[in-house]
Amino acid sequence: MTSAAIHSPPVAKASGAGQTIFQRNLRQFAANRLAMASVGVVLLFVLLAIFAPFIAPHDPNETDLFRRLQPPAWQAGGEWAYLLGCDALGRDILSRIIYGSRISIFIGAAVIFVATTVGIAAGLAAGYFRGWVDVAISRLVDILLSFPYLIFAIGLMAMMGPGLVNIILALAYKEWVIPCRVVRGETLATRELEYVEAARALGASSAHIMVKEILPNILSPVIVVSTIRIAHVIILEASLSFLGLGVQPPTASWGSMVADGRAFILGAWWVSTFPGLAILLLVLAINVASQGLRDAFDPRFQE
Amino acid sequence: MSLGKLAERLLHLVPVLLGVSVIVFLMMALTPGDPVDIMIGDQNVTPEQEQAMREDLGLDLPVHRQFFVFLGNAVQGDFGTSFYHRRPVLDVIVERLPATIELSLVALIIALVTAIPLGVLAAIRRNSILDKMATVGSLLGVSLPGFWFGILLLMLFAVHLQLLPVSGRIGFSSEIEPITHFLLIDTLLRGRPDAFWDALKHILLPAITLGLPMTAILMRVTRTSMLEVMRQDYIVFAEAKGLKRGRILFRHALKNALIPTVSVAAIETGSLLGGNMIVETVFGWPGLGRLVVESVFLRNYPLVQAAVLFYAVTYVLLNFIADILYTTLNPRVKL
Repeated sequence: MTSAAIHSPPVAKASGAGQTIFQRNLRQFAANRLAMASVGVVLLFVLLAIFAPFIAPHDPNETDLFRRLQPPAWQAGGEWAYLLGCDALGRDILSRIIYGSRISIFIGAAVIFVATTVGIAAGLAAGYFRGWVDVAISRLVDILLSFPYLIFAIGLMAMMGPGLVNIILALAYKEWVIPCRVVRGETLATRELEYVEAARALGASSAHIMVKEILPNILSPVIVVSTIRIAHVIILEASLSFLGLGVQPPTASWGSMVADGRAFILGAWWVSTFPGLAILLLVLAINVASQGLRDAFDPRFQE
Repeated sequence: MSLGKLAERLLHLVPVLLGVSVIVFLMMALTPGDPVDIMIGDQNVTPEQEQAMREDLGLDLPVHRQFFVFLGNAVQGDFGTSFYHRRPVLDVIVERLPATIELSLVALIIALVTAIPLGVLAAIRRNSILDKMATVGSLLGVSLPGFWFGILLLMLFAVHLQLLPVSGRIGFSSEIEPITHFLLIDTLLRGRPDAFWDALKHILLPAITLGLPMTAILMRVTRTSMLEVMRQDYIVFAEAKGLKRGRILFRHALKNALIPTVSVAAIETGSLLGGNMIVETVFGWPGLGRLVVESVFLRNYPLVQAAVLFYAVTYVLLNFIADILYTTLNPRVKL
């Protein structure tokens, strides 16, 4: 972002002494305690995912029919070694939730990474070259936006079959449209600014102008949108897994764990409740954190 | 909006719809597994019969020709035969549609009647406890996974309190001869208030689950636009004139504040369609969404294809209506 401060006087004007706009925004974000707490929760989940084998008290796929539907520790019949109880195959729910965080976070991050990369490339090309490139990309965006997200993903999963890579692809096929629209709009506005014109006059190539001049200056809104979208993608993945179209058993994923518990809502409330609570916590934390990011980094939300 | 403008906007839909059908066609054309093999299953068929089936379905044609055949048939409402039901796909879909539409409409009504008053209250009592609760509530509303929320509702109201039924559209004893196929209407038309009550009890939880994210979004939109409108000169002027606060709020402010709410509601109705798959699965609701999910597992591809196309076309039309509503309600916007 330092290059942003050098290159674009209209956007990145230092406000305080020796502070770039980025530093000021970052400080504003850090002052938002609720947002920082949410970042903490998200980080906690990321750590859980990375160190799952060391943190999880049990093997997530180890079945024990003697512990079938064993209630959580604080209920009669529960054990502290199996804090959140066990599912219908006697697997430890806490361990499965910890391992399940890997799926949610990995798929969420992978989809957003792929989608943002493709979206930035397509959006830059559409906004910079305009003309038929813009028409072609924008039409494709319009068409993809015409599909409700879940049905589109379901259709693709039906076609490609289940599997980790296929889920990422099925979601990314539509997700890139969102960063693309943001980047296109910002590029259209930025390409007319003086410093871009100056670079062009100096003989810089289109690729150089797009990547080195325009991109750094439009990155903030893209990052803000992408963090908000991670929460959506996590819910979509969980929804696909819930429907049985996502990650296949026995791999623990939060959506399929909630689905497993559906058959036992009469007696074993914990089987569905805890994995769902994990989804809610993570998604809520991402939503609050990204709202804080937006308030701090998006000039449109600044008073 | 003039008729010419309307026609122009409608014309813009053509390339989008064409693109949508290309994608839907490709989605299924690229599906591994031969439809003829799936149709045959474990029946004994001679190679000649198999070839005849292939020709019958147009599968011997090159891909681009297959697309035009698909498009031509689709425009005439012919989406092929549902492998599983052994009936035309369109018939099966039409049969399931009323349940889905009824559920979506009730969800929409629930969302509107809760979101608008809450949004207005949050705006006029800005920064009060109520406003803060509404903000937290709307954040929760968009963060709750629908399938989980539905299960929680089931556990509380159906299992624990035993107030509401677990699944289905209506109880056995309340089944009636359909007229419109919308049960909430048919039960009244047949003069069966008990059956109406039963149908209402069945639809309540699924509709709340489906409507929750929309409620959250509409409440936010209403709150924001209400705050915006209250800052306008004409409201300040009305206050200066000494008009009663209630009159200012409802006659002057709300009318304008609802413009964004209405158009967002139209767009979000499209998202309700997407949520149907989840909610209908959780509550065993016999609608289109559940049919699609079942069809994926049964590899009933023609049905999945037709349903995806149907959802997309409906979504495009709803967005179109949202645009038109926005321009008609707000004369300042010229599109």
